[in-house]
Amino acid sequence: MNNLTIVEARKKLDNKEVSSLELTQYFLGEIKKKNDHLNAFITISEKEALSMAEQADEKLKNGDSTPLLGIPLALKDIYMTKGVRTTAASKVLESYIPQYDGTAVMLLKKAGAVILGKTNLDAWAHGSSGENSDFGPTKNPYNTEYVPGGSSSGSPVAVASEMALAASGTDTGGSIRLPASFCNVVGLKPTYGRVSRYGVIAMASSLDSIGHFTKTVEDNALYLQVTAGKYTMDATSPPIDVPNYTQNLSQGVKGLKIGVPKEYFIDGLDPRIKNMIDKTLKWYEDQGAEIIEISLPHTSYAIEVYYIIQTAEVSSNLARYDGIRFGNTRASFGPEAKRRIMLGTYVLSAGYYDAFYKKAMQVRTLLKNDFEEAFKKVDVMITPASPTLPWKLGEKTSDPLSMYLSDILTVHANLVGIPGLSVPIGFLEGLPVGMQILGPHFSEEKLYQVGYAFEQSHPFWKERPKNE
Amino acid sequence: MKIDITHIAKLANLPLTDEEKTLYSGQLSSILDYIARLNELNTTEIEETSQVTGLTNVLRDDKALPSLSQEDATSGSQSDKGQFKVKGIFDNE
Repeated sequence: MNNLTIVEARKKLDNKEVSSLELTQYFLGEIKKKNDHLNAFITISEKEALSMAEQADEKLKNGDSTPLLGIPLALKDIYMTKGVRTTAASKVLESYIPQYDGTAVMLLKKAGAVILGKTNLDAWAHGSSGENSDFGPTKNPYNTEYVPGGSSSGSPVAVASEMALAASGTDTGGSIRLPASFCNVVGLKPTYGRVSRYGVIAMASSLDSIGHFTKTVEDNALYLQVTAGKYTMDATSPPIDVPNYTQNLSQGVKGLKIGVPKEYFIDGLDPRIKNMIDKTLKWYEDQGAEIIEISLPHTSYAIEVYYIIQTAEVSSNLARYDGIRFGNTRASFGPEAKRRIMLGTYVLSAGYYDAFYKKAMQVRTLLKNDFEEAFKKVDVMITPASPTLPWKLGEKTSDPLSMYLSDILTVHANLVGIPGLSVPIGFLEGLPVGMQILGPHFSEEKLYQVGYAFEQSHPFWKERPKNE
Repeated sequence: MKIDITHIAKLANLPLTDEEKTLYSGQLSSILDYIARLNELNTTEIEETSQVTGLTNVLRDDKALPSLSQEDATSGSQSDKGQFKVKGIFDNE
């Protein structure tokens, strides 16, 4: 079982070498062994998982074989799961039981996936380290004194530490790409609307993207194949065809134009990470890709725009938690949610709306124009996923602004709605480093091709944590 | 930047302690000073972007679809006979 991918598990299930029940029991066993230490799961839904595995085995017996049939997965605890507690890692929802499944959950269940449980996160997905969870921080399995990244903190840890074959996440400002790079896994933030947001607890509705973590790029493509598409309950999911994401995976990068946005190589970027990105770009060049320096002139304003739009939408979305229809009262919000509600309420309040919110929406247009111009010259862009290595637990918790700045290389993609893929590129001081591949709207297939090419000759995903 | 924190907390329907008010006053001021940097940019002729993939007027047929039962809809509340319990709003009259 050690270090299985979805692709390998699929073969074993189809060849009857292993049953979904055995696979599920194995992962439940690993969760029980490691979760006390790593705190990746808030809820383990063992009973439901075993029953889903039995159902999958029935289908397998009948000769069914779809990519995720019988595959054990974990869900970020912000995905609504009918009958299984969904907390958003907040005390407000500590005993909330949803009455329906989110669209992505419904699709995963329909595909025969087995849901092992609900993973930890920064409460309401507010954070970059996992430390804002009301259920305690998740630890980085590569060094448990360090953060795993956030806000999707438990999901990448579950994948890296063999507690699930894949796991879902959400990315509003980097919450998939940053933790993926901190935990040596592949993480996709799809194009805005590519995966329905319905039934995923909303953080900032014009930015939220519904993605996932896997060990490999191919696994990631198989997962997106199930969740992507237009579903009417999310009016922002567009009527655009979903391509076959694995069909052209191994096409290579010859002739591909890779842009390197110079504004992403900021002062705060760890020079050793820059060096690793340079080497990665050199490798792509050797494979026949063309490396082109480009400019996204308004990049340095992205984080300001993000912290206006995001907090405004957070304050509006969290207004529904009144403790009357479900959940606890507003006094149960943690410090970070309160801070964002206050900031968002302020920027939307009378007299300040034009100065902050409207201004931010206008600068958002400038950011969008920057990308549209750049993608006339290049097919994709490659940047670091994070300017720094994972930091120590507790290092940034007293300074919200320094925590906010850790998203400086990722928020841009959310503001303009483009997809981003985080792929491992090696280690520094025993801690993982990732690159971010960005492309135009709905270019996920291309991002997978670019990531797959590198991964085939640099299989860093095989280096699993030693001290979990 | 000076913030009327009590007024904002009231708008947000957020019960804050005095300690929290002091804490957030300071933190919000420094965050707002930081984001005010946007004023460097001239945006007078620039349209706002609120929907990034360009969808407009997304409609569906005006048809009733299955929804939650009353029992399900009230299952997360301190409900009474399938109804939500709220504080009386005419008590002060």
